[in-house]
Amino acid sequence: MTRYRTMFANLDRKQQGAFVPYVTLGDPTPEASLDIIETLINAGADGLELGFPYSDPIADGPIIQASSIRALDAGVRPKECFDIIHKIRNRYPDIPIGILLYSNLVLAKGLDPFYDQAASSGVDSVLIADVPVKESQPFCEAAIKHSIAPIFIVPPNITEANLQRISKQSEGYTYLLSRAGVTGTESVAQMPAAELIKKLSHYKTAPPLLGFGISRPEHISSAINAGAKGVISGSAVVKKIEENIESLDDIKAALNDFTSIMKAATYYQRQTRIKVHAEEVI
Amino acid sequence: MSTAYFGNFGGAFVPELLIPALDELEQAFVDAQKDASFNEEFFSLLENYAGRPTPLTKTRNLSSNPLVTIYLKREDLLHGGAHKTNQVLGQALLTKRMGKARVIAETGAGQHGVATALACALLKLECCIYMGAKDCQRQQPNVFRMRLLGAKVIPVNSGSGTLKDAVNEALRDWSANYEGSHYLLGTAAGPHPFPTIVREFHRMIGAETKAQILKKEGRLPDAVIACVGGGSNAIGMFADFIDEENVRLIGVEPAGKGLHTKEHGAALCQGSTGILHGTYTHIMQDIDGQIEESYSVSAGLDYPAVGPQHSHLKDIGRAEYVAVTDDEALQAFQYLAESEGIIPALESSHAVAHAMKIADQAEDEMLLVVNLSGRGDKDLDYVNQLLSKEAS
Ligand SMILES: Cc1ncc(COP(=O)(O)O)c(C=O)c1O
Repeated sequence: MTRYRTMFANLDRKQQGAFVPYVTLGDPTPEASLDIIETLINAGADGLELGFPYSDPIADGPIIQASSIRALDAGVRPKECFDIIHKIRNRYPDIPIGILLYSNLVLAKGLDPFYDQAASSGVDSVLIADVPVKESQPFCEAAIKHSIAPIFIVPPNITEANLQRISKQSEGYTYLLSRAGVTGTESVAQMPAAELIKKLSHYKTAPPLLGFGISRPEHISSAINAGAKGVISGSAVVKKIEENIESLDDIKAALNDFTSIMKAATYYQRQTRIKVHAEEVI
Repeated sequence: MSTAYFGNFGGAFVPELLIPALDELEQAFVDAQKDASFNEEFFSLLENYAGRPTPLTKTRNLSSNPLVTIYLKREDLLHGGAHKTNQVLGQALLTKRMGKARVIAETGAGQHGVATALACALLKLECCIYMGAKDCQRQQPNVFRMRLLGAKVIPVNSGSGTLKDAVNEALRDWSANYEGSHYLLGTAAGPHPFPTIVREFHRMIGAETKAQILKKEGRLPDAVIACVGGGSNAIGMFADFIDEENVRLIGVEPAGKGLHTKEHGAALCQGSTGILHGTYTHIMQDIDGQIEESYSVSAGLDYPAVGPQHSHLKDIGRAEYVAVTDDEALQAFQYLAESEGIIPALESSHAVAHAMKIADQAEDEMLLVVNLSGRGDKDLDYVNQLLSKEAS
């Protein structure tokens, strides 16, 4: 849990936002997945958001659905997911690792055993896509017991009451939704109301990372200008895997380039430059 | 309103993004229930458009046993061909009430899609139906019906290409479009408040049955029997009998090729508890919690979960759940046609088959009511194919 605090503090000092890529664990195979995740880290990822493949991902669009199917077809189940995470954790002791999954995978194992295994594999946070704050209590209790940060999603349409509830329980980071809908690059990120970000800091919610539709450097600049502490980019990352599925080397090359470009867009310095430039143009 | 849970079961396990839409729906439903003009319009449509009340027919030849009397609640005679029309009219009126112009729905057999499409045509709502690609094939006539009624039918290729995948796709659409669209869920499953809304809008099935049987027989039945896919026709039949402790409530699930095989859809008889489509209930899953594909000869029962209230009724021992195979259902389909001149839906044939079994074994006098949830027109081509394959 403290890895997020350290990450945000370090980035603050360096005047950068966080770039957190998402991939589905085991896509396209467990071995390739490990390689892919290391590529992301070495190219500048500040943290990781790792999905467990699931048969019925209702919050995901076609790109992440397809990656889930590739991983499931490769025989990837929660055990294989935890194995990959464990290996990453051994090689990279400091990087924050979040996992993203659906509630039934947690229930099937049992809440306490699931969070126990997550903790012993080196996971820092757990986000369950289909558990809204009003159903979250047993999940949060198990998370806290094992020193794991329960992550909450804050959509643009959140009610004041739910926002306050989330703020009380949130640790690690807050997943700020850029827009309605499901994951995907078909529908691009929209910027959150600065008002919503202000409210988050007013309620002392964990630092917001903006997600959904983040696929271009401009999205990152705007997110940071709006007050987000960084971004999560999922479908755009996974798309590089899909587009280069024939060759792991091509996947790695594409992800290396993409991550470097996206990471560079998180520098505050550049934000002002872009802003100044934009103002000059206007 | 009732809480989101039935004992341990139910809840609303959906992305946070959908919570405001579910809250809005719950509020609209609660307000509508108290609004005389809403109820007046709903009941007027049921009577004058859909054809309620439906008859309760005493069968002449179905029972093999003179001790056993079997009645059929004739939801097959409802406009649209199945019970589905009841609750669709209710939810379509709620859609108008919420000021939404577009309806999203999923469909398996196509019956819910047809009911939704006709209600949308009547009430001038835009209608978008998600249907598994596999189901589109086995229920061709209904795809044509929906299109004729002005609905857009979108085949779903993801996952197993059946009902559960159509629900996933409908939920995804709703996540993007909840402001102007209502998700008109087709059964008594899904996140709160759907299980309650769907039950309340089907409650007249049991309420009418109760009044009709009292009038005809002067007593309540010994058992009411209904097939269970997601559980809407069954909960509609059960609702008014839950407090009548001497009336057995029997739900019939699809045993497909047999409960000992993996090819069935009997979430209550063979499944375990978990979360699918927003509700904590009985589901079919593997040891890791991946959802398993269900199977049934009848597309409308081919669903790997069930409404949470059925899980609760099973849990507290109030209702019994049994399963009937494809073959038994197909036999009942033909037997009801031959013996009574009524062609049932394959779904409803499961309930008929179980009633026939009870009758075969009964040693005392018994009065049974079967909810004949739909008519078999949509199944004719498919059954014809199956039977000619068998014969050759
Ligand atoms: C005629 C008929 N009966 C039953 C069902 C099963 O649904 P439920 O269990 O919700 O009644 C269907 C579903 O399509 C149907 O068409």
